[in-house]
Amino acid sequence: MTAPATAAPAATKMVSLTIEGRQVSVAEGTSILEAAKAAGVLIPHYCYHPGLPVAGVCRMCLVEVEKAPKLAPSCATSVAEGQVVHVHSEKALEARKGVLELLLINHPLDCPICDQAGECELQDYTYVEGRPDSRLRDPKRFNPVEDFGGDVLYVTNRCILCTRCVRFMDTVAEDPVLNVSERGDRAVIGKFEGHDLTHPWAGNVIDLCPVGALLSKDSLNKVRAWELDRTASVCPSCTQGCSMIIETRDNVVARLRPRPNEAVNRFFMCDYGRLNYRWINRSDRVEQPMVRRGDGLVAADWETALRAAADAIRGAKARVVASPMLSNEALGLLARLVRLTGGSGTFHVNRGDVAPLPGVPDLARREDLAANVRGAELLGFTRSDRPLWNLGAGDVLVVADEELAGMDHSAMGTPRDIVVIGTTLPAWAARASVVLPIANFAEEEGTFTNVRGRVQRFMQARQAPGYARPSFAVLGDLLAQLGEQTGFFLASDAFDALAKSESAFAGLSYDALGLKGRMIAGAEGRA
Amino acid sequence: MSGREEGALHAPAHASHGVRGHGHDQPYTPVFAGERRRQLDELLTRYPTKMAALLPALWMVQETHGWVSEPAMAEVAELLELTPAYVKGVVTFYTMYHQHPVGRHFIQVCTTSPCGACGAEDVARAFLKHTGCGELGVTSADGKFTVIEVECLGACGFATPVMINDEFLESVAPESVPQILASLK
Amino acid sequence: MGYPHKSHPRETTVLSKHFGDPEARSLAGWRQRGGYRALEQALGMGPADIVNVVKESGLRGRGGAGFPTGMKWSFMKPGDGKPHYLCCNADESEPGTFKDREIMRWTPHALIEGCAIGAHAIGAETAYIYIRGEFTEPIKVMEQAVQEAYRDGILGKNAMGTGKRVDVHVHRGAGAYICGEETALMNSLEGRRGNPRIKPPFPAVAGLFGQPTTINNVETLAAVPHILTNGAEWYTGMSLSSPKSTGTKLFSVCGNIRKPGNYEIVMGFPFKDFLYDLCGGPLPGRRFKAIIPGGSSVPIQTLEEAEATMMDYEGFVAQGTMLGSGGVIVFDDSQCMVKQIARLSRFYAHESCAQCTQCREGTAWTTRILERIEVGEGTMEDLDTLLDIAENMTGKTICVLSDSCATPVVSGIQKWRHEFEAHITQKRCPMRTAVAA
Repeated sequence: MTAPATAAPAATKMVSLTIEGRQVSVAEGTSILEAAKAAGVLIPHYCYHPGLPVAGVCRMCLVEVEKAPKLAPSCATSVAEGQVVHVHSEKALEARKGVLELLLINHPLDCPICDQAGECELQDYTYVEGRPDSRLRDPKRFNPVEDFGGDVLYVTNRCILCTRCVRFMDTVAEDPVLNVSERGDRAVIGKFEGHDLTHPWAGNVIDLCPVGALLSKDSLNKVRAWELDRTASVCPSCTQGCSMIIETRDNVVARLRPRPNEAVNRFFMCDYGRLNYRWINRSDRVEQPMVRRGDGLVAADWETALRAAADAIRGAKARVVASPMLSNEALGLLARLVRLTGGSGTFHVNRGDVAPLPGVPDLARREDLAANVRGAELLGFTRSDRPLWNLGAGDVLVVADEELAGMDHSAMGTPRDIVVIGTTLPAWAARASVVLPIANFAEEEGTFTNVRGRVQRFMQARQAPGYARPSFAVLGDLLAQLGEQTGFFLASDAFDALAKSESAFAGLSYDALGLKGRMIAGAEGRA
Repeated sequence: MSGREEGALHAPAHASHGVRGHGHDQPYTPVFAGERRRQLDELLTRYPTKMAALLPALWMVQETHGWVSEPAMAEVAELLELTPAYVKGVVTFYTMYHQHPVGRHFIQVCTTSPCGACGAEDVARAFLKHTGCGELGVTSADGKFTVIEVECLGACGFATPVMINDEFLESVAPESVPQILASLK
Repeated sequence: MGYPHKSHPRETTVLSKHFGDPEARSLAGWRQRGGYRALEQALGMGPADIVNVVKESGLRGRGGAGFPTGMKWSFMKPGDGKPHYLCCNADESEPGTFKDREIMRWTPHALIEGCAIGAHAIGAETAYIYIRGEFTEPIKVMEQAVQEAYRDGILGKNAMGTGKRVDVHVHRGAGAYICGEETALMNSLEGRRGNPRIKPPFPAVAGLFGQPTTINNVETLAAVPHILTNGAEWYTGMSLSSPKSTGTKLFSVCGNIRKPGNYEIVMGFPFKDFLYDLCGGPLPGRRFKAIIPGGSSVPIQTLEEAEATMMDYEGFVAQGTMLGSGGVIVFDDSQCMVKQIARLSRFYAHESCAQCTQCREGTAWTTRILERIEVGEGTMEDLDTLLDIAENMTGKTICVLSDSCATPVVSGIQKWRHEFEAHITQKRCPMRTAVAA
């Protein structure tokens, strides 16, 4: 693997060069392309990707290096002391214009019906550096669309043979099911009959493809790239906590994509996480606070409901069943509730098979299929496959965003009361005396702690339905009703309060987390 | 991907009823048992990697079956600890491996410039005519012949060189074609 | 000798002396002709001494690039603890070239001897002879000779009783011109697609199986035993024009000429004498029109340029072309240059490995345009487009296949533009009707 080397350890020898008139100093062995990036100059490229071995085949990144006899492929050329590089010289521009023309001669130019349109590097670079006309007077090559299995469709005609997909499967997924077949202009990306792109991480080839050749079947013809709003987030589907981008259209999550984070997931996310987003858009949500009136739950305003919840809890031990999908902030507040009432906290988490991505150290779809198991544990919640237990008159069951699906509800016993804080209203919740609607993770700001102890922020990607409010705000207000100093308007306040009150998060601040996260004190490992 | 061939500059050699080895629909008999296996094992001692034996192993497949089918690629892949997709990528790179059954006599006529300038196209035409193949890459109805034009055979001074299976003929003229064909069984 | 013709008195036969002599093929026959004395001598010498002799001889690579062989060998660092490899490039596939084929067919032991000496000189225990798949006869001959050499103890773990290990293996290609490119050959030998590799790293640092490797052409290696036997001075003495080009060189001659074949001459021989005297000149009633002197990848010469050329590395460059692989392709006045160039372009399009954009797309597009012009459907703008594509295809890719496709297009349009224009204005090939009439 050729890793980008813009930031160098102290011992590395530094090399100084000039790129487009800008002085830049980078570690010895850095490619001109990466050095240019560090200098703020984008050198157009297709086959190069910082997460893959260098192929040097698209020849798009050709630049002029003074005193060199030929143009240099900047992805495959290391920097040298005193080098003077021209990215936008006439010679370099002509060469790249030539590459673009050749890439387009057999390209169908079907951008109006291509999912990649709007986020296509062939479009973008052609717009910036390509010819305004076509000199092709000959028929184009034609190949049919092929189903590569998994979530991947191969639109052969759009392929520019950059081989990023092949290299990903070979060296990162270590499951070489793709190849380059044939040669010359007959070459295509191929696979073997019966051996599909079923690797748990195979969907990354869709993101890696710089053009519209590899498409997601899941999002095929669903959205146009320019209609999407993009929000930095963290994948909630397992404890790895891959950095991701939530893409929404009209408040609906349409697509999840990995967000580069060298410390956690490099450039990748697994297919399970990528495709596990429909629940975020669920329409059967609790949209308003509810309180018990006789046999049924009726809508109430927030103040009434919070007061009713505090009344239900006051004087009893809070037995909290919390979802490990809740933020650190929400779990921290629930932990305070447990301490305040002398109660206890448990959580339940679904498990799956571990699915590593071999080419990246310590990156895997983890066994626990929820984002914040580590956070829950750090905050004193205990894991239980049967979080319901014999509750009695001295207990109040507080269920926080947990549907208790598939559990033996008769084991619950006879708690004094039930308080539901959640996004949905399962059948058993009819027994509750108060229901407080909260936002799901995509609808609020907050943090998760991943399996290795990295605390990462997620941003709000869509609006919560109805009167639902962020979990940290609802729980803060509830605790305030019980006499705690916990009214929060901002996620940052909630986090900073957490860092103050919970030793596991000591020393962290919301601002310092940035978009890549920070490790909790004493945590080990790269993730 | 049948449409792939539309962009090909040379018609591929494929036929509906090859007579060398198994066809597309017949059950596959593994190549590397007994003597072949021993030969492959001997071959492996020549290289520091198993992968290096790929081209020779594919030659053995073709010598046995007459072409390199997908089950054959899978067999070779397993023996050399490669994936079938990898092997297929290699097979499709090299033009001498047949990806379809071909006629019993596979006739390759060099028509690259030096031979072309000496009348190689007439030689190819003569083969097409006298074998009854009619078209390049098409196997004759009796399954006996397939004729293709091939790029430079490396015997340019002996225009027109023709390869029939492993036999290399020099200085073939259109007039000598019927006699050559008559000598083939 | 001008195999298949009798040796011409003006030839200097060193490598080709035994072409056509079946007895030279066997080990016994080869020994009778002085074979393996050089290897015996070499195994008694230190590697550095062998490299020095080869350096002093001025021997340069006969595959196309003309790189000094001794210098190439000296790049192999002795005692680095890594296995070293010698590759013999017997993938001879440059159209117009068929000299290595004859060396292997007639004097297989000359090549084995050269390989064994080369391996010893660069600190390698293993040499692979990569022979193109179509060369069924040379492969058979070489394999038999290698077996003989093993049986006789010339090769093996105790080569010629010296305690030194020298293994030579024949490896068969499977149909890919590009495998004649040195790094593509290494990939192919490793069991990969024959894709050329990005350099650096150069083979001497990381070549075959990632180890230090030297790769030499058949003719280069076959010349080495003679240099060791006769001395460097003997070799440098064979030079008629530029002192930078020494020794004898095999030229393959084909196309429209009276006596096609392989001719061995001393470097610097006048091309004019070569064409008319040795090769017998044009066919009756014909006149030479265009000559590609170094295999199809070098610029095409007009007859005037060719007649002014001295046949060595420098001499061909002085006349705007290159010695290349020494494959001389002759077209006479019966040939349509548009058709010939289109056919060459088609060859490169067929052989492009598909890695680099300019080559994969450029060779195919160039071919389509040329073939369209050839059948009378071209435009004048097409000529500008062709030259522009050729410019795009030159000097911008991993290997030079792309450049090789562009070269004849550029020299063809420059020197025979009137033929292209005639196709366009007359909307047909003027030659075709002329020949028919």
